[in-house]
Amino acid sequence: MRMARILTVGALTAAALFGPAAAALADSPSPGPDGDGRAPTEAGTTFRTATPIEQDQKATANASSGDYLYWVFPADAEQRPTVKARVTLPDSAERHGASTWRIDVYDGLRRRQACMYGMQARTAAVDATSVDLSCTLRTVRSLAEPWADDPLPGSYYVRLTVTGLPEEDLGLPVAAEVEAVSKDAGGAYAVDGALAEPLVPGVSADERRNEEQAALDRSSGRWSDRWIWTSAGGLLAALAGVCGYVLTRGAGRPSRMPPGV
Amino acid sequence: MIIRRRPAARICVLLAVLVAGLFPTGIAAADEPVAKESPKVELVLDVSGSMRTRDIDGKSRMAAAKQAFNEVLDAVPEEVRLGIRTLGADYPGDDRKRGCKDTRQLYPVGPLDRTEAKTAVATLAPTGWTPIGPALLGAAEDLEGGDATRRIVLITDGEDTCAPLDPCEVAREIAAKGIHLVIDTLGLVPDAKTRAQLSCIAEATGGTYTSVQHTDELSDRVSQLVDRAADPVVTPVATQGAGQCRDAPQLEPGLYTDREKFGEHRWYRVGVLPGQELRASVSVGADRAVNKDYGVLLRAVTVHGREIVRGSEAGDGRTDLISTGLRYPKPELEDADDVKLAAETVCLQVSNSFSAPPAVKTEPGLPVELTVDVVGAPEAASDVAAFGLGRGWWLLGVLVLAGFVAGLLWGWVSRWRIAVWRTN
Repeated sequence: MRMARILTVGALTAAALFGPAAAALADSPSPGPDGDGRAPTEAGTTFRTATPIEQDQKATANASSGDYLYWVFPADAEQRPTVKARVTLPDSAERHGASTWRIDVYDGLRRRQACMYGMQARTAAVDATSVDLSCTLRTVRSLAEPWADDPLPGSYYVRLTVTGLPEEDLGLPVAAEVEAVSKDAGGAYAVDGALAEPLVPGVSADERRNEEQAALDRSSGRWSDRWIWTSAGGLLAALAGVCGYVLTRGAGRPSRMPPGV
Repeated sequence: MIIRRRPAARICVLLAVLVAGLFPTGIAAADEPVAKESPKVELVLDVSGSMRTRDIDGKSRMAAAKQAFNEVLDAVPEEVRLGIRTLGADYPGDDRKRGCKDTRQLYPVGPLDRTEAKTAVATLAPTGWTPIGPALLGAAEDLEGGDATRRIVLITDGEDTCAPLDPCEVAREIAAKGIHLVIDTLGLVPDAKTRAQLSCIAEATGGTYTSVQHTDELSDRVSQLVDRAADPVVTPVATQGAGQCRDAPQLEPGLYTDREKFGEHRWYRVGVLPGQELRASVSVGADRAVNKDYGVLLRAVTVHGREIVRGSEAGDGRTDLISTGLRYPKPELEDADDVKLAAETVCLQVSNSFSAPPAVKTEPGLPVELTVDVVGAPEAASDVAAFGLGRGWWLLGVLVLAGFVAGLLWGWVSRWRIAVWRTN
C-alpha cells in the first residue's frame, strides 16, 4: 500500500517534469461536461438528474419559482469550495410578498454539508430584483472516519429552491445562476489515507459522467507541501548539525602547536 | 480549472491512451453507448369551454396554447416519442357524467410526424368540461409499457370539474405504481384553487408547476420540459423493504425505489466483503402536505443487531425530499490467504420522522430512493497527517535545534575521544 503511494508520488513528480508533453495529449480529447465547454443552461430537478458543472463555470437556468434545481460539481481534497447563487426574481408587480431562497449543498452520499460562512438562505423583499446566496464548505479532506461527515473528494450537489413565498407567487418565471469556486487550502489540511474511489454515486448518474469524474477525482491526497516542509527541515537540521560540530572544534588547529605532534 | 490535480488526470489520460493502443478492441466495446429506450412524453391539453377567454397577450387561451404547441412540436428532440391527449374537447353538453369522460388521445405516443401532429392540434376548439383526473389516468395508460422515462405535461386553465375523483390523488396513485412517471403542470392564468390543485399534482409525482401569463412563457416552458424528458437518466429498480432484517431483500449495488409510510421502518440487506466499502444513501420524498418538521435516519446494523454506523438528517420548512447517507469500510483480513473470504451481511434500516395533518392520506407511503454502492475500502490512515509528514515553523525549529544539539554532542564526543587517545 505505502509503496504504491510512494510510487504514485514519484509518478506525479515525473508528470510535473514531463507535464507539457502530457498536457498536449491530455488537453485535446477532454471536453467539458456538455462537450463543447459552454456552461450549462439547464438545471436538474432531482439528485439523479442534477446537471453536472465544472468549478469556475457559471451555470444558468430558467425555472419556475417553487422548482427544486439541482447541479453537481466535483471537488478534490484540500479544496475549500464556495457555492454562489443568484436568483433573478420575477417582476415585482407580479409578486405579492417577500420570498425566502435557499441553497443546500450535499456530498456524493447525499449528506447535507454545513456552510462555514455565507448567507445560505436569504429573504428577498417584495421590491427586490434579485437575491444572492453563498455557502462556503469545510475544506475537503482525502479521508475521514466513517462516523464523521467531513467533506470528502467527489461530487457535490447544489440544491436551490424557494422555502417560503406567498401562495400566489408559485410558478412564476425566475432565472438562476450558480457558480462553484474553490480556494486551495494547502498542506495544512493534508490528512493521511485516501478513498479508493471518490464519493461519486456510481449508479445514479449516467456512465459518461462517471468516467469523467472518476478520472478527474483520482489524484486526491498524494502530494502536499508537507513534503517540502519536512525535507527543508531535514536539510536545515543537517546544516545546524554541522554548525554545532564546527563550534566544538574551535578555530582549528592551535598555531602554537609544533608541526608533526 | 483546478491546477493541482491535473498531473494525475494527465497520467490517467496517458495511461488510457497507452491501454487503448494495446487493446483497441476492448476499448471500442466499452465506448459503445448503452442502448436505451427512447423517452416518452404526453402533452395533455385542456380544451374546455373556458379556454375561449381572451386574456393571454390579447389572444384566447386556446390560441396561445396552439401557437405554443406549434413551436414545441418543431423543437421536439428526435429521440422523444411524443403523444397528445385532450380533455373536454368533444362533449359540449351539460350532462356531467358524460362530460367527465370526455378525454381522448389526439395523437398516439410514438415517433413524431410534425405536420400530422400540428394538423391534429389545429382542429381543436374549446368545448366541454375539465376532467383532469380521467385525462391523467388515460395519459398514464398511453405511456404504459417498456422501461423508458415517462413524462406528462398537463396544460390547463381551471380546476377539475369532476369531483369526487381528486386529480391529486390520481397523480399520487400513478406515481405509486413505480413506473417513474413525472407530471409537470402548467396553469394558464390560474386562480388560487387551480394553483393549489396543479401544484399538488406536480408535488405528488416529483414534477414542477408553472403559472403562465404569456404565450412565449408557455412555449419555452413546454419545450424545456420535453427536452428534460430526453436527458439520459438511470431508472431505479423497484424493491420492497421488509419490516425486519431477517426477511429483508438482498440488494446488489444499484439504484432502488420503495415506498415508506409515516413512521415506518424498512430493512434491506447488502453483502460486503473484507476490503470493500459499502456506500448507501437514501432520500425520502415529501410528495404531499407534511408537517413542518421532519427527518430521516439510515442505519447500518449487523445481523446480530449491533449498529455499525448511521446517517441522519433533520429539516424544516418547504422541501422536496430529505436525504442522508453512510459509509462502511470493512477492513481487509490480516491473514486472508488461508481463510475463504465470506461476505458480511449488513442490514440497512431506513426510517423517517415525517408526519402529516390528519386530513392527509397516509397511503401509499412516501417515495424512497436508495442507492447502494460497493467499492474498494480506503487505505487505512496510519497518522493524522499525510504520510506522517510535518509542516510549519515549529517543525523547522525543532529539527534545527535537534540537529544543532546532535552536532554539538558529536563534536564534544569526538574531541573527548581524541583527548583520551592522546593521553594514552
